[in-house]
Amino acid sequence: MQVDEATVRRIARLARIKVSDEEAKGLEKELSGILDWVKQLDEVDTSAVEPMTRVVDQKLKMRDDVVTDGEIADLITANAPMAEDNFFVVPKVVE
Amino acid sequence: MTDLTKLTMSEARAGLQKKSFTALELTDAFLTAIDKGNGALNAYVLPTPEHARAQAKESDKRIAAGNARSLEGLPIGNKDLFCTNGIRTTACSKILDDFKPTYESTVGLNLWDAGAVMLGKLNNDEFAMGSSNETSAFGNVVNPWRRKGSDGKTSTDKLVPGGSSGGSSSAVAANLCLAATATDTGGSIRQPAALTGTVGIKPTYGRCSRWGIVAFASSLDQAGPIAKTVRDSAMMLKAMASHDAKDTTSVDAPVPDYEAALGKGVKGLRVGIPKEYRVDGMSSEIQKLWDDGIAWLKSAGATIHEISLPHTKYALPAYYIVAPAECSSNLARYDGMRYGLRVNGDNLIDTYEKTRAAGFGKEVRRRILIGTYVLSAGYYDAYYLKAQKVRTLIKKDFDDAWNSVDVVLTPTTPSPAFAFGEKSGDPLAMYLEDIFTVTVNMAGLPGMSIPGGLSSQGTPLGLQLIGKPFDEETLFRTAQVIEDAAGRFAVPDAWWMKG
Repeated sequence: MQVDEATVRRIARLARIKVSDEEAKGLEKELSGILDWVKQLDEVDTSAVEPMTRVVDQKLKMRDDVVTDGEIADLITANAPMAEDNFFVVPKVVE
Repeated sequence: MTDLTKLTMSEARAGLQKKSFTALELTDAFLTAIDKGNGALNAYVLPTPEHARAQAKESDKRIAAGNARSLEGLPIGNKDLFCTNGIRTTACSKILDDFKPTYESTVGLNLWDAGAVMLGKLNNDEFAMGSSNETSAFGNVVNPWRRKGSDGKTSTDKLVPGGSSGGSSSAVAANLCLAATATDTGGSIRQPAALTGTVGIKPTYGRCSRWGIVAFASSLDQAGPIAKTVRDSAMMLKAMASHDAKDTTSVDAPVPDYEAALGKGVKGLRVGIPKEYRVDGMSSEIQKLWDDGIAWLKSAGATIHEISLPHTKYALPAYYIVAPAECSSNLARYDGMRYGLRVNGDNLIDTYEKTRAAGFGKEVRRRILIGTYVLSAGYYDAYYLKAQKVRTLIKKDFDDAWNSVDVVLTPTTPSPAFAFGEKSGDPLAMYLEDIFTVTVNMAGLPGMSIPGGLSSQGTPLGLQLIGKPFDEETLFRTAQVIEDAAGRFAVPDAWWMKG
């Protein structure tokens, strides 16, 4: 499996990470190497195998649908790079 | 007065009970050691002396009043992946900047409710991604152990403490705390424990709450302790484990008294030796370590059985699909809007991209990209779904093995501690560090590393025990037999204390 530069750029865009031209070159090689290596899984016949969806056998727990927490807007915005009156201040999203 | 920092946790507990020293004296001894020794090791990224002294004074009051709790007045280090209320928590990444959580992790809360004293936050690989603690935004952690050359002289070359819990393993081995919290996604408790001569246990998935621990790969992450002895690790895990409504994957089952299991021995215990772990090119010293472990358990009355775990070789490649996939999803939250770093760009997307490029280190970026790729349209079935099917087979290997054995014995790592830069240039070489540990995470089982001997270079080697789900007690009693036979391994010379 060969990852080309266009693929690196597409993936980086999906992941919202800026990559420089130089980095993109290095990543082509590194990602190809790792993806080639994981391809050995193709040797395993999994045609009759269910994918794992939970690690430990236990029933999903249910809880009452009630409010257990809240009224802590000041705590929630306490670490924001920019906040005003308990609102997050973000770059303009809608023109 | 004897050097209090050299005590084990259970010895320190006895000393406090007998009032041989106070919790404040004990805490101050560690704070002095951190002052002197942390510069050379870089195990702590944030010592919290005032916080520690306040907790220690509270403990002294409780001890005086006769209502001491299980870890009353015992100073520990806390991996920087655990959120601490009002105290900076970074996962050793620039992207969290000077994030100060407004809540405490459940594991942390359990420890403080048991009376433990927090000395500070410990270094780790960025977001727990690494096997050598070379990816931390706060720089490398140094292993207190040093190699001996063929002339018998100790080299001053710096060795890695393992990772990702490298601050935890280094601090425990260097007597900069009695024990430490740690987390393990592919081997991050057991591998650093093996490389530093300490004891580390990753309990069964679900045994400890993951609430308030910075997430890496949620179906694999699990908290556990690194400690000086098997008994100390039993004390720590008992306090850390709990059912927690805030983590739906935490298990609603009683937490046994692990210390009570320690003396039970291994008479009649069936120990499995998986033939697939005898990998090509295994060094003779790792082979000897394994043989020693087998001999010790045999002479204590256990029976030894060769078993087969046929899908072992596929665990690591499957892990490097599942873990990056979950990481890319978990780390999507770092967008520069609600907490942590923000680097302003020309528009919203540019701000996201610049923030994440500046905030994440190289290995973290690499894993996010791999994860994004294997989850992207057209590749999901070929990679992610395939890996989760292989994972079912890995778990089935163990389920079948439990029909004939009670516990599995393997080496923890393929080699002893290595030097900085020795593996960091090649991601695949670094990933192979976890070859013996990662199956345990994929199957959700408990695994433990116990010091078993020294390499030809005089550095520690670890033996790994793997148990049935929620059967940590068998690991503890088996580990105690190994510790009794192998002895404890302390660093011969405290060079880091000499400035």
